[in-house]
Amino acid sequence: MTILGGIGFGAPWLLVALAALPILWLLLRAVPPAPVKRRFPGVALLLGLQDDETVSDRTPWWLMLLRMLAVAAIIIGLAQPVLNPDDPRAESNGPMLIVLDGSWAGAAGHTARINSVKAELSRASAAGQTVAVLQLSDPVDALFLPAATWATRLAGLSPQPWQPSVENIDKAAQIIANAGATSSLWFSDGLGYDGRETVLAALENAGPVQVFQSGRETLALTPASYIDGAIDLTVLRSSATQARDVIVLAQGRDPAGNGATLATATASFDAGETSADVALVLPSELRARITRFEVQGTRSAGATTLVDDGLRRREVALISAREGREGLELLSPLHFLKQALEPTADLLTGALTDVLPANPDVIVLADVATLSDIETNALLDWIETGGMLLRFAGPRVAASDVSRAEEHPLMPVRLRSGGRSVGGAMSWGEPKSVASFADTSPFFGLSIPDDVVVRSQVVAQPDPTLANRVIAELSDGTPLVTRKVIGQGQVVLFHVTANAEWSTLPLSGLFVDMLERLAISSSARLPDAADLKGTVWTPLQVMNGFGTLRDAGAMPGVAGPELIDGATRPDLLPGLYQSGDRSLARNVLQTGAVLTPAMWPARIPVSGLTVRPPQPLGGMLLALALVLLLLDIVASLALSGRLLGQSARGTLTMLALGLMLGHPDALRAQDTADISAAAEVVLANVITGNADVDEVAFAGLLGLSDTLYFRTSIEPARPVSINLETDELAFYPLLYWPITPDQPTPSAQAYARLNAYLRSGGLILFDTRDANIAGFGAASSNGRKLQALAAPLDIPALEPLPRDHVLTRTFYLLQDFPGRHTSREVWVEASPNAEQIEGMPFRNLNDGVTPVIIGGNDWAGAWAITSSGGPMLPVGRGFSGERQRELANRFGVNLVMHVLTGNYKSDQVHVPELLERLSQ
Amino acid sequence: MTQNNAINAGELRARSESQAARLPPLLARAEHLAGAVLLGDHGRRRAGMGDDFWQYRPAQLGDSRRMIDHRRSAMGDQQFVREREWQIAQSVMLWCDQGASMRFASTDDLPTKAERARTLTLAAAILMIRAGERVGLTGTRLPPRRGNDQILRLANMLSQDQDVEYEPPEHRAMIPNAAALFVSDFMGDISAVQTALTKAADRGVRGTLLHVLDPSEEAFPFHGRTIFESVGGTVRHETLKANDLKDRYLQRLAERKAELQSLCALTGWQYGVHHTNSSAQSGLLWLYQALNGGVRV
Repeated sequence: MTILGGIGFGAPWLLVALAALPILWLLLRAVPPAPVKRRFPGVALLLGLQDDETVSDRTPWWLMLLRMLAVAAIIIGLAQPVLNPDDPRAESNGPMLIVLDGSWAGAAGHTARINSVKAELSRASAAGQTVAVLQLSDPVDALFLPAATWATRLAGLSPQPWQPSVENIDKAAQIIANAGATSSLWFSDGLGYDGRETVLAALENAGPVQVFQSGRETLALTPASYIDGAIDLTVLRSSATQARDVIVLAQGRDPAGNGATLATATASFDAGETSADVALVLPSELRARITRFEVQGTRSAGATTLVDDGLRRREVALISAREGREGLELLSPLHFLKQALEPTADLLTGALTDVLPANPDVIVLADVATLSDIETNALLDWIETGGMLLRFAGPRVAASDVSRAEEHPLMPVRLRSGGRSVGGAMSWGEPKSVASFADTSPFFGLSIPDDVVVRSQVVAQPDPTLANRVIAELSDGTPLVTRKVIGQGQVVLFHVTANAEWSTLPLSGLFVDMLERLAISSSARLPDAADLKGTVWTPLQVMNGFGTLRDAGAMPGVAGPELIDGATRPDLLPGLYQSGDRSLARNVLQTGAVLTPAMWPARIPVSGLTVRPPQPLGGMLLALALVLLLLDIVASLALSGRLLGQSARGTLTMLALGLMLGHPDALRAQDTADISAAAEVVLANVITGNADVDEVAFAGLLGLSDTLYFRTSIEPARPVSINLETDELAFYPLLYWPITPDQPTPSAQAYARLNAYLRSGGLILFDTRDANIAGFGAASSNGRKLQALAAPLDIPALEPLPRDHVLTRTFYLLQDFPGRHTSREVWVEASPNAEQIEGMPFRNLNDGVTPVIIGGNDWAGAWAITSSGGPMLPVGRGFSGERQRELANRFGVNLVMHVLTGNYKSDQVHVPELLERLSQ
Repeated sequence: MTQNNAINAGELRARSESQAARLPPLLARAEHLAGAVLLGDHGRRRAGMGDDFWQYRPAQLGDSRRMIDHRRSAMGDQQFVREREWQIAQSVMLWCDQGASMRFASTDDLPTKAERARTLTLAAAILMIRAGERVGLTGTRLPPRRGNDQILRLANMLSQDQDVEYEPPEHRAMIPNAAALFVSDFMGDISAVQTALTKAADRGVRGTLLHVLDPSEEAFPFHGRTIFESVGGTVRHETLKANDLKDRYLQRLAERKAELQSLCALTGWQYGVHHTNSSAQSGLLWLYQALNGGVRV
């Protein structure tokens, strides 16, 4: 293959033929165009006239150029040109090693990278090389296979949610040293990490290395934190380039439980900055539903940060027995609770029955002894569905009989009456301190300050269940905090008051920690390793390299400090972890992380990931030549005047216009017609295909619309002619359908729509326009056509219009329904149950509206007006004819009134009854 | 005569009737009243075209309303027509070119020249027959006669095509001092026209020449290498650059028109040009004016 100017040619010698083009030019110039033969009587005057020049009309230069281009395109096309020809890489044919980073940073450009690997594999396949693929984040022994085999296995490679660790690097270096590859390609993710030099050195020992690295910068998100009412997020990028905006999406569940984007925020990188902060202020309801944040358009574990309880603010209802005592705030049983909970929880206050419907997470009863049965049952129901009732003891509880003889359902233990006081003025002994927490207690691991002492408490009765229910006790072994599980919820009782009256516990930091461990409050800051000492966290859901969550299954738990400090690795995947009632999100990046771009020594060639496959141009050029030759035919014909006659040219213009305006405009026009038809009362006639009949029908409806406008409160818009096959019928209250013997029968779809139209209250007025000469449905051609047309329609039983039908009195009182003809026979839906109510027939059927009216009086002909407003067709003779036209108009008014008002006039039977009642 | 021709004749008559219906009856100028050979029953107590009163008769179907004499009619319920004494009937001889060159129309929208020429000729004939003139064809085939039957005969004769490429005007058997109407495109040899007109002038025949042309014959909108062929296919002319010929063709056409006009001026005839893209009514109007000497009856 020869390469000329970036384009390769399979048969370059054919290009020599281009030199013949100028000769062709001269030849084409010399040959005159074929003569046109014309009939022309004036030829007699032409006889004897000589041409001034002997040279014929030259072919215009642009036509010549067109032909030259066509010939040139054919020549070049046959020379087999190829765009982006394969330049064979000067390489050995030895085995090749393809190395991928395989970290989360590569997830965003994974597809492009794999395509690039595929292109390299096909190149290697063409060169007959064997290939092994090594993923540094998950190194396995190099397996040298034919390149085509590897191409089918590429789908199995996916990025891992961690960066290659030291162990990974060591193993990979060993594999590379043992592989014996003679060349290698390294597809980098674009992020730097420790140990890359080791791998590079190992690869360079084996042979030349080429690096492929995308120019895209890597984006990542650090964990979200909730500070001062706003969610703080930091977006990181790997290279400090120009200013850029990145959109961060807050994903979560909508109230229906479906995944949705709840909020978006824009993080702006300044030029030269690698991190951008974004603060998101959301209502707490919305904030509580957020499950993760993502960077829009980037799909990787690093650009996803999961959210745990940190953002969640629990609703805590505080209820105490004593309320309304001003000035004694420090003595209020709720004061210290408020202080402890306010920063991290939403507090509710109010009566118990008022706060229960709000379904709070926690209800605190501070020294509330007795509850009504209703309150008790409501609380029990609430606890069963997961509520947490936190009770504090106090003088009232101590004085009451609650849970004395038998255990109260809302108390974890039975209480001895009176409680006890230690270390007071009237008692012996020292105030008791708190014993260290047992390892079964949720408070295990909390350090106990020395100054926490208990002076008074209520005392639990020793019961068989007591030992299980104690979660904190005093140094002498008496229970301090007890807990009972009810359904999905629990009741926790602090045996001391919530204020500093009985103990110093509410004054200490331990109180806050205990509330936090009980998941009553959640910590505002991210926990550090020391906080989680002694806890073990089991994964609930873990992320893969793309940032997709999956169920963790039976993965082993992780120690708390490790979960906080360790880097992600195969046994510490990013995801959601749980310990007891608390949950913690572990993300790929920790707060304060920095992304460093991968830098390469100057000796290593680095190229991008764009794949430019060779593209043969021959076919395109030959097609172009064909198009040019077709153009030449058209142009030649046009030049010699033989392309089209005068009239055909007009047709062509119309055709071109039609093509330009095209279908969408037609559709839009239809839409606007529909909109106007839906907005106003619009009468419609069915297009029969007979232009005269259609014109009269349209003019008839126009005349009827005018009559309605002048005489009634119905103000119809301009009527329309509709095509049953294409137009929507639902907008039209009335269809006027004149019958012609030769009109086409509608399609099955059109009949389906017509039936739907009839069932939904539409009315079709069939007009055979033959004055019923032969009687209804009999031998006239229009009658037979009507029978054929109406057979598939969903038409009920019919009867001749009875004299008491509502049509006779909807607006005018009528007994005859003439059009241009005066036949009495008009058929409407039969009303089987015309019951007589107080002497008046009362029909209640389809809201009284007959779906069809069939007659042959050519009503449209009588209604029809010309554009100037005068009657279009004569009716009858003289004045009686005008009277007949007037009656026809009245019938039209009655008809439209009937369609629009239904059986409203039938209700007149009740008028005497109503009048009688009014007079009483 | 084939049935086809009869139908064509019927159509032709209907179209001409509709054209003629819009004009009042035409009285051809009777200049040579005294010299008329066929004076007929002039002054012989018979109703006809004249200036003197002859009688009142009840109005009949077909009488034009303007013929009603209102002074007499107002005396009773019946309407009367005042008839005048027949004073003169003039012979009018028609010649309409039936040659092949007339069967040409440049586009489908336009009528052929022959069609237009026949319509105008027959319309003029109907007008004149209604005015009581005797109308016939030049030559011996159809001598001038009166009456509606003559219209039928004229229509028959006018719808017969000739195979000749350019038909020379028929000038035999011209009745002296009669009127004549020649309708043609005058594309053929001009000497035949010259002969005919000279001969007519010799016999005191005065008349009208109507030159019917297609718009393309006036515009010559042709380009490029073209072979022009007459309608019959007997004459052809090839050119390499048709647009170069345009000026010279138009010059020749103008010369032909000027020649015809001077010929008419010499012989006392009237000359008019009619294009097939203008309406037939305008052509008939011109003919009416020309035959009537510009005086309305």
